Amino acid sequence: MIWLFFGVFLTLFFATLLGELLSRRVNTERTRTVVDNLNARIRSWWWMCGVIVLAVLAGNTGAVVLFGLVSFLALREFITLTPTRQADHAVLCWCFFVFLPVQYILAATGWYGLFSIFVPVYVFLFLPVRTAISGDTGDFTGRVAKIQWGMMAAVYCISYVPALLMLEIPGYTDNVRLLLWLLVTVQMSDVLQYVFGKLFGRRRIVPEVSPGKTVEGFAGGILSASLLGALLWRLTPFTPMMAFGAGILVTLAGFGGGLCMSAVKRDMGVKDFGTMIAGHGGMLDRVDSLCFSAPLFFHMLRYFYT
Amino acid sequence: MFAEFAASFARLALTGLCRLWTGARLRWTGCLPETVPRLYFANHSSHLDGLFIWTSLPPELRKRTSLVAAGDYWLRTAPRRWLVEQVFRVIPVERKGMRKDDCGKRRHPLEKLAAALHRGESLIFFPEGTRHVGEEMLPFKSGLYHLAKMCPEAELVPVYLNNFYRVLPKGSRLMVPILCTAVVGVPLRLEQHETRREFLERMKGELERLKAGET
Repeated sequence: MIWLFFGVFLTLFFATLLGELLSRRVNTERTRTVVDNLNARIRSWWWMCGVIVLAVLAGNTGAVVLFGLVSFLALREFITLTPTRQADHAVLCWCFFVFLPVQYILAATGWYGLFSIFVPVYVFLFLPVRTAISGDTGDFTGRVAKIQWGMMAAVYCISYVPALLMLEIPGYTDNVRLLLWLLVTVQMSDVLQYVFGKLFGRRRIVPEVSPGKTVEGFAGGILSASLLGALLWRLTPFTPMMAFGAGILVTLAGFGGGLCMSAVKRDMGVKDFGTMIAGHGGMLDRVDSLCFSAPLFFHMLRYFYT
Repeated sequence: MFAEFAASFARLALTGLCRLWTGARLRWTGCLPETVPRLYFANHSSHLDGLFIWTSLPPELRKRTSLVAAGDYWLRTAPRRWLVEQVFRVIPVERKGMRKDDCGKRRHPLEKLAAALHRGESLIFFPEGTRHVGEEMLPFKSGLYHLAKMCPEAELVPVYLNNFYRVLPKGSRLMVPILCTAVVGVPLRLEQHETRREFLERMKGELERLKAGET
């Protein structure tokens, strides 16, 4: 684990140097924007990695609190862009102050049975009932569905990241390494897709949704990030080959998450969910891939390894 | 001593909570924070409005800026009175007509405000007179016009607050965390020969423009 941290910060160090070099060499207006954005992204990565390292060092509680906070910020961004009405106020209070903490307490205590159905069953049923009691029926289905969707994406799916800590895998301890493996593989897949896309990107995959995603970026990013996942196989209960397979699974899911969130943003008429992470956008922009890969990774492990 | 401590604690806690929940910052697009006498006027949809603008001012401006609040609402219960009198810098005004002062003289409720502006201080004022429900602003009351007329030296600075009504709407006690934005526009003045109607329409139009994102 120490080696992983060392590697991450070494990579960041070289990325910062490279960014500085690039910044000295640009001469056109267009490349200037790209390079400035790249450097902002790298700077943000420094503090994001710092926060994750601190949370991991603080133990399991640290990881649960960190991702609870991530969910809070992501849900706030999602709800901000969702046109809710005054009648939804009470429902939103429930989501932020009751359901979100409960979901994370369930993840922390390892009560898998309730953890896995709390949002998809109980919250799903509660929200429309409470909204109906408020009496405002205008766009009822749409309003309820959007809040439900936000709860699923920003709270339920993200809570699978700290939930990895509750898995009991025979012959494997220190589950926080699973969490780190997932974070590194999925986030590096985003980074490498960006890098490959910028260097070799030609054919756009779905230009209507996301002009930045190209076939070259997709293939290069997914393969190289999965390869990185295979190299980090010692963090996991997998063999190197299996780790590569798991890498393909989570990076593909992550790609789907990024694409889907891009579509949501298009629908809402914004470019980014927020502005809190310089260069990246909002919290939800950064964790969109994690949102989709964490539940799959968790259930794959739970089915085959416990 | 203790009362002072409690008041500053409450001030810090409320300010911090408001910042944390709304993530908002005041964007000075039309002017910079300066110590000239100013009448900041804003749309009013939530109790957070005044709190937010006042706490977003730089400390040296905060010392010379007061919130204008409805006396008939804010002086009614003890906790509200405490907030108004101890925690924040507030000038309470009666919304319903004349009031007798300490000497038994009948005074116009706006005179207190005009006096503050004449002293070179600034005010935060909500020309709608009450909180609007939802996104649409209410028609402006004439108070803004009278104040502008009584104090031609004061700059009229529009401030548009976006989304605050979703955080803490009228009639609710719980704050939902939703990101808010607040924009300060270009200072304005009452034009010569402008009628009350025209002036109030123009001021409301300025807030609408800020809302639409034009500066």
